[in-house]
Amino acid sequence: MKKPVVKLELQDGKNSGSSRRRFIKMSSLAFAGSTLLYACSEDDDFNPGMEPDPDPDPEVFDLGSGDLGILNYAYALEQLEAAFYTAVRSGSYYSGAPAEEQELFDDLYNHEVIHREFFRTAIAAATADTPEAMLPDLEFDLEAAGIDINSRDSVLATAMLLEDTGVSAYNGAGDRIAMADYLVIAGKIVSVEARHASAIRSLLNPNSPDFAGDDVIDENGLDPAADPADIYSAVVGLDVVATPFTANNLPAPQHES
Amino acid sequence: MSIIKMLDEFSSENLMSKKSSRRDMFGTLSSFGKKAAIAAVPFGLASKSTKASAATSMFFDHVGPLQLALTLEYLEAEFYLKALESGVLEGGSREETAFMQISKHESAHVDFLMAALAEDSIDSPTFDFTAGGAFDPFNEGDTSMEVSRAQMLALAQAFEDTGVRAYKGQAGALMGTPYLEPALQIHSVEAKHASEIRRIRGLKGWITGNERGDGMPEATQAVYDGEEVTSQAGIDLVGYDYGDSPLVGDKTAAVTQAFDEPMTGETATAIASLFIVSES
Repeated sequence: MKKPVVKLELQDGKNSGSSRRRFIKMSSLAFAGSTLLYACSEDDDFNPGMEPDPDPDPEVFDLGSGDLGILNYAYALEQLEAAFYTAVRSGSYYSGAPAEEQELFDDLYNHEVIHREFFRTAIAAATADTPEAMLPDLEFDLEAAGIDINSRDSVLATAMLLEDTGVSAYNGAGDRIAMADYLVIAGKIVSVEARHASAIRSLLNPNSPDFAGDDVIDENGLDPAADPADIYSAVVGLDVVATPFTANNLPAPQHES
Repeated sequence: MSIIKMLDEFSSENLMSKKSSRRDMFGTLSSFGKKAAIAAVPFGLASKSTKASAATSMFFDHVGPLQLALTLEYLEAEFYLKALESGVLEGGSREETAFMQISKHESAHVDFLMAALAEDSIDSPTFDFTAGGAFDPFNEGDTSMEVSRAQMLALAQAFEDTGVRAYKGQAGALMGTPYLEPALQIHSVEAKHASEIRRIRGLKGWITGNERGDGMPEATQAVYDGEEVTSQAGIDLVGYDYGDSPLVGDKTAAVTQAFDEPMTGETATAIASLFIVSES
């Protein structure tokens, strides 16, 4: 089987914090989405104790391999979503929004924080003997990504992007999961992300088919299922993640589709 | 063994009850294959071909879950087509726009699953969306148009929320097959449908506790029973200390909303059966 190796790192420039006025610092969460990148691994069995494959840069965290890698991948996505909605609720769009929209963003904040903390707790338990294998708290820089939490347009567009990304990422992760329990957990979360995506899309374009729009759903009526490598590249491309990490050892899918 | 009982064994709740490695999963699944071979035709539906009972397929394990999925998609596809033909929804309304988009997807899902099942495909059951006269969603009786419309939207919500939970319930059984990923891709589309229908009805797009929501007939409660879970993977998410990220409002409500729960094949079959006319 072909074993592509993907090595992507965040730009060093993202770490020069002096120019960042707004810096979202996350400290303690858990999530359940999917966000980063992957590469096929020699061994896709879950093994929390294993060392990552030879890491070219030991200073940069790698998500790891097997199910732990997938959990870290989801944790990274949920950290991003939770950080975004936390920031949204501190901005002037939210404070001046109609009650209905405030309630929507309260719910999205709650759900993503719950997902993030779930993953934080679950991964901590799985890495009790190897805490260095757990993805650390990531830092995000919304401003560097051009996200304006004071603008309704920017907030809704970003929310749609993140929720669509979450759905596609979880769908693409399912066939890489070895343990049935983790697959079911991912399934419990992805449908909530899809409910979010629908709600945000409906708010952006009311009375339209966009809630389940043809821009994402194909002619078979299927949502996307993205490779972690593509999700990783897309998220890194947003310039929103200020903490470098790699996803070089994530498991391959069991079946090509 | 009853067909219902057999179908239940495909459900994830049984599969998930024991922690199993992928290798164990394969062993478990192959024994399911034998049971499926015995039952062969779920729901008493006519099979397209006698091959459906031959356990010769390389991926036989997918047949039961996909036949259940196809049955639910037949139900949804026919429901939306008849709803759009009924004239109950106002032309150009948000409801009609949503139903048209959803109808397109459900019909595509039927085609997709029939192709995936190939010779193991099944014919559509005969549906009665009045559930024996309990509802009049297409305004075929004396019901007022307004009541028919409310019933139509309530049934749509029940069908979509059932679809989300039923697909989730079959995911474990599809592990290790090429059908897992497409099933997940359908699953999330059903969730998008559910969210829009719920919001059209004035509800949140997500499920709180096991609440079926205002205006939902009591007969739909089975769709929501079991959604009130507050611990995931043994982690009590209501008792959890969220520290610097406190939840807004009712914690229990938020936690139950944040996770959709799977439904067994037995429950999904029982719900669908309310609308299936048994062949006699």
